[in-house]
Amino acid sequence: MTHDHDHSHGHDHDQTFQPDIEDSPFTHHQVMAEALGELLIEKGVFTADDLRRQIEHLDSRTPALGAEVIARAWTDPDFKAKLMENVNEATASIGIDSGDIPIRAVENTPETHHMIVCTLCSCYPRGLLGPPPDWYKSRAYRSRTVREPRAILSEFGTTLPDDVEVRVHDSTADLRYLVLPMRPRGTDGMDEADLAKLVTRDCLIGVSLPDNPGGV
Amino acid sequence: MTGPRRVHDMGGQDAGSIPTDGHESEPWEKRMDAIRMLCGQRELLRTDEMRRNIEDLGPGVYNELNYYERWCAAISNVLLQKKVISVDELGRKMAEVEKRWTEARKS
Repeated sequence: MTHDHDHSHGHDHDQTFQPDIEDSPFTHHQVMAEALGELLIEKGVFTADDLRRQIEHLDSRTPALGAEVIARAWTDPDFKAKLMENVNEATASIGIDSGDIPIRAVENTPETHHMIVCTLCSCYPRGLLGPPPDWYKSRAYRSRTVREPRAILSEFGTTLPDDVEVRVHDSTADLRYLVLPMRPRGTDGMDEADLAKLVTRDCLIGVSLPDNPGGV
Repeated sequence: MTGPRRVHDMGGQDAGSIPTDGHESEPWEKRMDAIRMLCGQRELLRTDEMRRNIEDLGPGVYNELNYYERWCAAISNVLLQKKVISVDELGRKMAEVEKRWTEARKS
């Protein structure tokens, strides 16, 4: 591209476009985050490559991992037993690193429905689901879930029979939870990959239920 | 309940509807997350230190900052307390970044 064309249309093609910087004013904390990273790289605490790799690792943590774990538990009773015993070891056995902080699986049954929250901060099984959604970190969810879980469920469009007990698990910095939903009816012929598609992030937090492919 | 609650301890209180709007992680938020993990792996930052420093921000700052801004403040505080970085170094680097970004936007 030649560079002698008219620039009066308001931008310069020579500049690398940085939408996150140029589209909106930067904040004090964005500057601080940039500065902290650069300072720690200069000091040799980690390298720029370490930082890039860590961001890639972060991007690889999505609810699809959690769904894969649940589909395996639905189809493999030995795996399910291991999962209920120790989530971190069980997922490692199928090649999924769910991180260092212990995660406990809580199993939904026809009698009991489980939900997870972190009232004190926003502890979450990040290793299996990625970062928590904004609503999980909201004051409303953190405050109300332990007092009126059924009202919260209804805001997510989830209604449970009155005789189902709802148990709410308050996560901590040292112990996280993962809901093991019930396998929907009408899924007997489905393989693991198709079952995983029924499992959404919100099912694993316990605010919704997996889709029933039969629609019943 | 005994004693006054601290700002982060909100379980059981009244609050409004669950917000339905959300946002994808922004680049600077991912960077903050990665810095946290890397400092953790190098034993410069434990989960409990992170938590305590967020709780110690106090009601004013806690409510004013968003999620990753709290992280940013807490992580900086831990690294300052441990003398991994100094206030002076951080201040200079922030001024440098701000100058660079401001110039990039002008051109």
